[in-house]
Amino acid sequence: MKTKTFAAALLAATMLSGAASAKTLVYCSEGSPEGFDPALYTAGTTFDASSKPVYNRLVQFEPGTTNTVPGLAESWEISDDGLEITFKLREGVKFHTTDFFTPTRDFNADDVLFSFERQLKEDHPYHAYVEGASWEYFNGMSMPDLIKSIEKVDNLTVKFVLNRPEAPMIANLAMDFASIFSKEYADQLAESGNQSDLNQKPIGTGPFQFVAYQPDAVIRYKAHPDYWAGKQPIDDLVFAITTENSVRQQKLLAGECHIMPYPNPADIESLKANDALKVDEQEGLNVGYLAYNTKQAPFDQTEVRKALNMAINKQAILDAVFQGAGQAAKNPIPPTMWSYNDEIEHDPYDPEAAKAMLEEAGVTDLSMKVWAMPVQRPYNPNARRMAELIQEDFSKVGVDVEIVSYEWGEYLERSKAEDRDGAVLLGWTGDNGDPDNFLAVLLGCDAVGGANRAQWCNEEFDALIQKAKTLSTQEERAELYKEAQVVFKREAPWATIAHSIVHMPMRKEVTGYKMDPLGGHAFEGVDIAE
Amino acid sequence: MFRFFLSRLALLIPTFIGVSIVAFSFIRLLPGDPIMLLAGERGMTEERYQQLRALYGFDQPLVMQYFTYLTDLLQGDFGTSIVTKRPVLQEFLTLFPATLELSLCAILLAIIVGVPVGIIAAVRRGSWLDQSVMGTALVGYSMPIFWWGLLLIILFSGILQWTPVSGRISLLYYFPSTTGFMLIDSLLSGQDGAFRSAVSHLVLPTVVLATIPLAVIARQTRSAMLEVLGEDYVRTARSKGLPPLRVIGLHALRNALIPVVTTIGLQVGVLLAGAILTETIFSWPGIGKWMVDSVFKRDYAVVQGGLLLIAAIIMIVNLIVDLLYGLINPRIRH
Repeated sequence: MKTKTFAAALLAATMLSGAASAKTLVYCSEGSPEGFDPALYTAGTTFDASSKPVYNRLVQFEPGTTNTVPGLAESWEISDDGLEITFKLREGVKFHTTDFFTPTRDFNADDVLFSFERQLKEDHPYHAYVEGASWEYFNGMSMPDLIKSIEKVDNLTVKFVLNRPEAPMIANLAMDFASIFSKEYADQLAESGNQSDLNQKPIGTGPFQFVAYQPDAVIRYKAHPDYWAGKQPIDDLVFAITTENSVRQQKLLAGECHIMPYPNPADIESLKANDALKVDEQEGLNVGYLAYNTKQAPFDQTEVRKALNMAINKQAILDAVFQGAGQAAKNPIPPTMWSYNDEIEHDPYDPEAAKAMLEEAGVTDLSMKVWAMPVQRPYNPNARRMAELIQEDFSKVGVDVEIVSYEWGEYLERSKAEDRDGAVLLGWTGDNGDPDNFLAVLLGCDAVGGANRAQWCNEEFDALIQKAKTLSTQEERAELYKEAQVVFKREAPWATIAHSIVHMPMRKEVTGYKMDPLGGHAFEGVDIAE
Repeated sequence: MFRFFLSRLALLIPTFIGVSIVAFSFIRLLPGDPIMLLAGERGMTEERYQQLRALYGFDQPLVMQYFTYLTDLLQGDFGTSIVTKRPVLQEFLTLFPATLELSLCAILLAIIVGVPVGIIAAVRRGSWLDQSVMGTALVGYSMPIFWWGLLLIILFSGILQWTPVSGRISLLYYFPSTTGFMLIDSLLSGQDGAFRSAVSHLVLPTVVLATIPLAVIARQTRSAMLEVLGEDYVRTARSKGLPPLRVIGLHALRNALIPVVTTIGLQVGVLLAGAILTETIFSWPGIGKWMVDSVFKRDYAVVQGGLLLIAAIIMIVNLIVDLLYGLINPRIRH
């Protein structure tokens, strides 16, 4: 009934606007973007509204996978020493023509240089074009250390010169912060003194062009008529910002939107049962873990850590905390990631054996702290509950657990300390689909005292991941990462708990939507069946 | 009257400075570091951390930070959000009309329904009508807003499909914002059905936001009326043979209004607090949700600026209430 009203109203509106049979896809997004310059921010919600629809990158992730494919660069060559990457740019790519900008030229090397140099060079006119611009991802991915220079070879050729070989660099360049901006547009804004519009009225080469944004309410885009990969099947894309997940769900049911992210796990079954809807699902590119402090006794003993891992009933956690939207983790990287070592076996759940192992290691009357995060994250929807279940599990093997928690910023900071007391619940969501982004960031020797919450520095493991960084073929790298996972399992610096499963409910008429393992929401190629 | 106005106005200055100190220190008293929150699980090097602290001015002593803040404030600069990198005042002005529109509708509904209901309950004191009105008011007063909003959505938008689920207007209508008030903008747009759509989107959030103020106003009106109805002059008026409507409407109500006006003035704070939840449930793009998010993200500039601007509004409303007293009861002027 409501759907009919919606369709009728839609029809009336398209007739009003004079555009015959315009197709509009409405996405009930979960929040407002912080701005429209993806390089300034780190939130997925911002990327969904900026880099995904409006921009392209030199290299892109193939929709639905973490494989990198050509984007604005048609091809690239890496020098033998791995220090130079030369990109051949795509010819004839058009920037958006809108009521606030009309491009006079196609995309070229100047745009690439502009997009990176504004982040790299402190004296660049766009380095501090908004107050507090800190280029967080660019810095977080160590780009300033890595990039020696970016050179324009000719109008359609750009060379990146690196300070050291870095195999994940190509994947890094597919990340949102590496979106390509129009230098011509930026120059025009600078001339008219409206530099900050670069972050509010975006111009890119992407599949959709920006039309309007009403903060906290709605973002409107229309299909880019001259998109280099062909015009999109839908004409208009609308983000209806709806922060409350039960309200999003009501809107989807009422036909007020076609697709929504982040449903309430408890509602997934009823959504699946609804005839008007379908629910896509995919394993999230994340891992939730419990990191022991391997520098402190008795957690410096591998046997103790392994025993505790065997005491955790992961199935109970999956049922109670993830409510079915998760799968047990055995490796520190998720199963959708290349180089995942599926031959590794899960820790058996065996409290009796665990107890015996602890006794054998001379550990009796152990008391420990388990840190529970105060926030909900994709890899851990309820850390407090998870900590309580672990407390119960550990008590069965004679280990007394005290649960502690801090405010989130405080939690992140304190948990880094090398003399930290207790095991920490935390997790990670992948940035670029490269195993290095998990294994080196979270478990490398360099990260001890930082993101390596286990304070674990294992020479064998570290040598493997360091070497993998310098190799250029994926097969060779994968072998080393697989080996590294064996070392990880043997040494057990973490109890790997779970990878979440992400659900995406949508109306049945939506076709061609591909779930992004990196957690983004992109609508390139999506259509609405008549 | 003018002197009365000036004396009230002068009182606002120390209040405003006080609020600026409270707003400034309140968010800093909360544990949590905005830069660490920005970095998330990834974290950052100590060098980078210090760099960012300097960038945002957090490396200065607190007194200096406050002084800089106050100096900027006097120049009309409310600071820049550390999260969105946009000026706080600009964000506030974009979102505030939505909150104002919703709050005005809610308080109007609360007054239009609450005052007459209170009067009737007082006049028919002890009757089943009085008891049911007061019972309902008690329920309304203690209503958990979030649950109430969701319940109404499920019933009226989900099952009955009478009203839209959320938002300010149907996505089918698109026109530039002229005043920021959707009811006015939709009329100005001249688009067929736009105004109707804006009204239908307002109904549920207005009812939800009006629930508590309505209950409070009804109860206050009833008790103020009861008090006045027992006064000698009301008895005199009655005994003079004046018609009951005239006694209640003219003699009793005018005197009963003073505490009611106070109550209505006090509801502004309640409305803004209620707006936080109501806006979240109905995806209403106002300042309530904006403020809550900024507290969670320790976005100092937004929390400070937002609190100050909201406090300024409450102070202005209180000033208006004070002036209204003067009009209703001339004794207060002196």
